[in-house]
Amino acid sequence: MPARLQHAVQDLADGARAYHIWGRLGWQDILQRYRRSLLGPFWITISAAAMIGGIGFLYSQLLHQQTEQYVPFLAVGMLVWFFLAALINDSCVVFTSAEQFIKQVKLPLTVHVWRLVWRNLIVFGHNILILVPVFIYYRVSVGPSALLGLAGVMLLAINGFIFGIVLGLVCARFRDVPPIVANLVQLGFFMTPVMYQTQALGRSEWIAQFNPFFHYLQIVRAPLLGLDLPVESWIYALATSGVCGLITFALFARYRARIAYWV
Amino acid sequence: MARISADCICVEFPIWNPSRRSLKSTVLRATTGGRLARETSTLVLVQALADLSFEFSRGDRIGLVGHNGSGKTTLLRVLSGIYEPVRGQLSVNGRVSSLLDLSLGMDREATGFENIVLRGVLLGLTPSAIQSKVDEIAEFSELGDYLSMPIRTYSSGMLLRLAFAVSTSVAPEILLLDEWLSVGDAGFRDKAERRLLEMIESSAIVVLASHDESLIKRFCSRMLRLEHGRSVSGLQPIS
Repeated sequence: MPARLQHAVQDLADGARAYHIWGRLGWQDILQRYRRSLLGPFWITISAAAMIGGIGFLYSQLLHQQTEQYVPFLAVGMLVWFFLAALINDSCVVFTSAEQFIKQVKLPLTVHVWRLVWRNLIVFGHNILILVPVFIYYRVSVGPSALLGLAGVMLLAINGFIFGIVLGLVCARFRDVPPIVANLVQLGFFMTPVMYQTQALGRSEWIAQFNPFFHYLQIVRAPLLGLDLPVESWIYALATSGVCGLITFALFARYRARIAYWV
Repeated sequence: MARISADCICVEFPIWNPSRRSLKSTVLRATTGGRLARETSTLVLVQALADLSFEFSRGDRIGLVGHNGSGKTTLLRVLSGIYEPVRGQLSVNGRVSSLLDLSLGMDREATGFENIVLRGVLLGLTPSAIQSKVDEIAEFSELGDYLSMPIRTYSSGMLLRLAFAVSTSVAPEILLLDEWLSVGDAGFRDKAERRLLEMIESSAIVVLASHDESLIKRFCSRMLRLEHGRSVSGLQPIS
């Protein structure tokens, strides 16, 4: 058993150190998608902007909300949700889609997971540009507290790494987990206060309180909108990450060597 | 000191049919008694390598021979660290480079130069080490101005030239080859063979898998014959 732990730690350390590999592969993933297109990766920004613009207009009417409050709220929420959902959905195929690499060249397995996280951080970086016109137009003032939002993004990225290992591993072994996860993520979008305020849940506010997605969302959204520091959400998010991290490490140490056989 | 030693290593692949891969049936198996016995008996294990023991040391040129499916490629993958043996002890000392898939990681839309860096990184080079080799690789590949073009514009022969030029630019301690690499047209083939021979020369241990025995006899000093994942008669010296 100690040998297994040692190999797992080694993989994690080597993977983190191989940033010149996953950095390049992740960036290549983005380029590949948009090469030969005029706007390149900014298509990501445009498609997100169109979505937020459309839903912002429609739902501010439906929910009888003031657009100047609703649109910035929705924009931040959606961007964080896109990031989170992409991290989870990509996690399912992180090892199976890297089959070619895993079977032909010895790399730390976590290289593939960092590649996924890095790729999604790049997408998030392009998406965040949407907030600039939104915040200027609706006069949302961004103070130094926004830096806490950045810390939240980092925690989400670390969680992306954790999901990547655990979901990647489970999905390599059980091939019908990815559609289950995709369905849960879809359901999660409606269960999580992304398009509506928590208060709108009324007496059912517990739905949000017990939802880890809500806390992950909140630690980024609240500081960006200049709201108070969501202490409770930070505690929830850190605790969830810690527990998931430990379980993931145990699974990774146990099954790391099997992944090459499974993909 | 380059050295490989294996003691009774086994590699087995579980073959799951869709029901084995499915979470539902795994859950059902845990809850229903009757299914348990029947489903367990349907799990097929393919034994790719069985009880292999050998020792390769500095200067060894090992030829792996055997039919298709005899375990040659699997053994190379085990030696490069991709598959960890299910049972048995394996220790590999020395930096391993395996030329199993020359064009792995190449991006069709990227230029030749970009692909040199991509391939180099996957071969374990740092970006600065690759930069210092780019000129040499470019010259060897003889692709000239084409290197600034996306490689989707290349013919398959040109693509192989580039992949070969990058892959053979690093001298490993332990070199694993799956079949002899033969690339390009007549002129280039001689040049490529010289380069490959140089690479073999400078490696401490070379393992070459091939079903062409005359090839093995030409380049190797010892031979390991595999049949159904087992060694037929151990390491034989080649006279």
